[in-house]
Amino acid sequence: MRRTAPYLVLLGLGACSGVQTPLHPWGDQAARIAVLSWVLFIGGTAIFALVMGLLAYALFAPARARQAMGTRGFVIGGGIVFPTVTLLALLVYSLGVSRAVVLPGSDDPLRIEVIGRQYWWEVRYPDAGEGAVTANELHLPVGREVELLLSSGDVIHSLWIPNLHGKMDMIPGRVNRQRVRADRPGAMRGQCTEYCGVQHTFMAFWAVAQEPAEFDAWLARQRAPVPEPATEEQARGRQVFGEAGCGACHTVRGTEWQGRLGPDLSRVGSRLSIGAGMMETHRGTLAGWIAGAQDIKPGNAMPAYGRVLESTDLLAVSIWLESLR
Amino acid sequence: MSISPVETPNTLPRPAGELEALKHVWRMPKGWRLISEVNNSVVGPMFVATALLFFLLAGILGLIIRAQLAFPGLTLVDPDTYNQVFTMHGTVMMFLFAVPAVEAVAIALLPGMIGARELPFPRLGAFSFLIYLVGGLIFYASLLFGIAPDGGWFMYPPLTSKAFSPGINTDMYLLGIGFIEISAIAGAIELIVGILRCRAPGMTLGRMPIYAWAILIFATMVIFAFPAVIIASTLLELERAFDWPFFLPERGGDPMLWQHLFWFFGHPEVYVIFLPAAGMVSMIVPAMAGARLVGYSMVVAALVGTGFLSFGLWVHHMYTTGIPPLSLSFFAAAGFAVSIPSGLQVFVWIATFARAGRRIQFSTPALFILGFLFIFVIGGLTGVMVSVTPFDWQAHDTYFIVAHLHYVLIGGMVFPLFAALYYWAPSVGSQLSERLGKTAFWLLFLGTNVTFFPMHISGLMGMPRRIYTYPTGFGLELHNLISSIGAAMFATGAFVLLLDVVKNFRIGGNANRQDNPWRAGTMEWLSGPEYGLRSIPLVQDRYPLWHNPQLKPQVEAGAHYFPFTATGRREALISSPAEATPQYIAFVGGPGWWHVLAAGGTAFFFLSLVAPFLIAAAVFGLLALVGFIGWLWTGSDFGPVGPAEADIGGGIVLPTHATGPVTASWWAMICVMLVSGTAYACLIGSYLFLWLVNGEGMWPPPGLGLPALEWGLGAFAMYAGAGLSVTVAAWTLGDGRGWTHRLALLAGVALLAGGLMSDGWALWQGPIWPTVHAYGASAWGLFVWQAAHVAIGVLMGFYTLARSLTGRLGGQRRLTLDNIRLFWLYTIGQGMVGLVLLHGFPRLLP
Repeated sequence: MRRTAPYLVLLGLGACSGVQTPLHPWGDQAARIAVLSWVLFIGGTAIFALVMGLLAYALFAPARARQAMGTRGFVIGGGIVFPTVTLLALLVYSLGVSRAVVLPGSDDPLRIEVIGRQYWWEVRYPDAGEGAVTANELHLPVGREVELLLSSGDVIHSLWIPNLHGKMDMIPGRVNRQRVRADRPGAMRGQCTEYCGVQHTFMAFWAVAQEPAEFDAWLARQRAPVPEPATEEQARGRQVFGEAGCGACHTVRGTEWQGRLGPDLSRVGSRLSIGAGMMETHRGTLAGWIAGAQDIKPGNAMPAYGRVLESTDLLAVSIWLESLR
Repeated sequence: MSISPVETPNTLPRPAGELEALKHVWRMPKGWRLISEVNNSVVGPMFVATALLFFLLAGILGLIIRAQLAFPGLTLVDPDTYNQVFTMHGTVMMFLFAVPAVEAVAIALLPGMIGARELPFPRLGAFSFLIYLVGGLIFYASLLFGIAPDGGWFMYPPLTSKAFSPGINTDMYLLGIGFIEISAIAGAIELIVGILRCRAPGMTLGRMPIYAWAILIFATMVIFAFPAVIIASTLLELERAFDWPFFLPERGGDPMLWQHLFWFFGHPEVYVIFLPAAGMVSMIVPAMAGARLVGYSMVVAALVGTGFLSFGLWVHHMYTTGIPPLSLSFFAAAGFAVSIPSGLQVFVWIATFARAGRRIQFSTPALFILGFLFIFVIGGLTGVMVSVTPFDWQAHDTYFIVAHLHYVLIGGMVFPLFAALYYWAPSVGSQLSERLGKTAFWLLFLGTNVTFFPMHISGLMGMPRRIYTYPTGFGLELHNLISSIGAAMFATGAFVLLLDVVKNFRIGGNANRQDNPWRAGTMEWLSGPEYGLRSIPLVQDRYPLWHNPQLKPQVEAGAHYFPFTATGRREALISSPAEATPQYIAFVGGPGWWHVLAAGGTAFFFLSLVAPFLIAAAVFGLLALVGFIGWLWTGSDFGPVGPAEADIGGGIVLPTHATGPVTASWWAMICVMLVSGTAYACLIGSYLFLWLVNGEGMWPPPGLGLPALEWGLGAFAMYAGAGLSVTVAAWTLGDGRGWTHRLALLAGVALLAGGLMSDGWALWQGPIWPTVHAYGASAWGLFVWQAAHVAIGVLMGFYTLARSLTGRLGGQRRLTLDNIRLFWLYTIGQGMVGLVLLHGFPRLLP
């Protein structure tokens, strides 16, 4: 082992198992698929036991008993009739589930655009107007159907929030649609599942289901301009942000910085993670990321500013970003 | 053992010197000259050994993966290296181990099994082995220089497009693997023609061993599936090298085109690997049970059915790409359907075991077969699960799939291969150790399950594939650690197995060699030294050795057919495809250096292109060409040699020379045409697919036009003229005048080349440019394929002319012209189809 990556220690955030698995459905679609999955697991286990039992019988039963099994009739019964009947039943059942999962549950879903980029997620709320943009965090209201409009800014990615639904690919030149509904509040983890380059591993995000009122408040805050710096240090941080040229790639709403290449940072301080699901957000991780993004996540588009910024400036800009809540 | 007096076609004792002559003809070159040998009994085992070497090399990469993932957050290798490692693990396992391994075993075993001295094109077999060996090793070595492919074995654009993968890593894959496909296809052609035309007298299709059926279907699948990946690789390389936008949506391309082409190859690929293994199992189980296979015809039907259905399943890998659920349901149904023939075979094997007259001995091959059944049934069941669309939406691209595919491939291919290794080792060399074999089995069996079973769970716990590490706290730690421990067990097992092979196996066997240790009933257990069978028996049963217990001594004494060499060269008996009635005695190639030169030239040509060292590529390309031409010039179409006929025994008199549709080479040319035709169909499919995604008014898009009709018509006429010319050449070859066919050939060459130029000029006049839009790129893609054929056709034309001018072509000696005529007619037909499509289709659009 050359070195243990330091960020893994920081991943304690929400690190309870069950937030990224199809086996703990938090919504309608995932729940239907989970039931289907258990039918498959139990049925598969039973058939496996049956086949192995027959094999053991063929090997170990007394000669006369087992030889009765060595016929075409046994092969036709076990190898054609049985699977045909079983699979037909499974086909009918699974097509029903498939239909129920994709059937629109509402004429007026909340539309959310998610754009996959190497190696982060841009999230836009077109129904709420131009400014409702965030990154690496998908908020959705509990109980309301959401239509995800999935596209890509570069290569193929795939969006997967297993607690809500299966995967849907994000393909350049196309827009794929997926409907999900969260039935209870909380944070779930999603991850890119189509290999998309050197940092595919760390292309994750949090999906946060909120009660409708809470969601509306959150959405309103995303659209609003960011507050003016409250302290001298924050003001210094805002100044450093401009001087270091961060605004060429990042947008901060209500400021002169409208870059589109990197994640929108307007409310970065309020997000659960930075680096696309890598680290909990606070001034320490922010400073670490700005200084050493290429050590933490080699090959991502964020340059490392460790040699460019004085440590006081680094801290100041981190404190300012942390205050953007 | 004395020989019973039942009538055999030839009388005993055999004349003095007959066996010595046979031995002399089939003798092997000594020492380093062995490289020039082409005999299946040498090439086959070396081919198998090379495949096992790549299994080891790719396995080491698997161990690196498992070491990195043993604990969360390890960085034994950096992300970039990790991505190369997992890409190479998959690529090497699939392209350099699995497919070559099953092909290698077939080359080693089939001739004996079908009672042939040799397959019909031994030099082709040796050529495909050599390019695989040289090309494969260099391809693997790219890992050491950090230029190995890193886009996953499926290489999806646009990640692999120039913009996102500017390095040569991707080119290494596209060119390096692309030409290894040529090896697979060459081997497949050799096997198809071998099975259909080289069977012992009386071995009708219905008496053919199941393994031969499996290989026949496997090889046919290779012919129809592999062109798709060759075309996909070619298109992506054209995009990368010349900026032709096949897969770039901003210029009318579509990344989905790649996925359709790739999986049209990739899904049949799974069955390409599994069917030969299933064929091996169907041979080993009856021997272990001492009973005939139950339901022979059902197994044949199952193999054929699997072959067909597997071409309707490619969308299984694309369930999450946004294809409408209704379309997906058809593919789900097809996925269910394909599981039935596999399941059927499982029941056949169980029934055959049940029929055993004696208690099953748990020898090493039997253990590997039982291990196979255990693992493969699990893999098959999870396979049904992942063809259930909604379940796959969750399981896709997670470790659940990693578990599934390893259960299917290790269970469905590696275990049968190891069973085959222990079972057939005594038939091609010496027996392996039962003690080491059983140790290896238990380590491999437990290792497989301990490694891969927990992956089902880690996948369901949310772990995606192709990640170089994973976070703590999501419940993944324990499952990954267990998997890594299992991998170490598996590696130990593989080591024990290889130790056994290295320690105990010698080609040709040792003093302790047992002739038929498993008391099997099929003919590979008759096979002797280099020349194969001393004499070739009439086959009257699916298990000739059980049918006639005297067969072995009779065959070895030379009492059956063809116990001699008729013309003093290496020869094979060519028989009719269905009934296996002997038709003629064919010359088969012996040791030589031309195919070695061709193989080296081909391998280094492609690898120089990767670099890209264009001058080196030109030199090696030329060397390869010299090799091919020398190979043909000195080694084919001898015309009548020696006695015109030979009595092979029992009153059967066969000619020693043939031409036209009865020849094996004619059949091989038909196979080549099927390969080219499939590839062309993929190009047409790509053209139409891109039209479909571009929508109305974009075909041609603004700025590009329709191909110029007058030039297209000109091309059409010239192609037709070329066809006429070559037909006239064939007609007039035997007319006694030297100049008629030469003139016709020359005119044909001119018309063919002229047709191509007119074809291209029509596009250029359009204007149709390849870099502007996918419309142009796909039209020029079709043209490039046609141009390659015309170039080869022209070369063949001049070659034939040279044969004629040097007195190597005539009324009798006309194989060269007959075969190139086939290729020409194919090329002309292909060109005409292309013209109709490119000129007609866009004009028909509203």
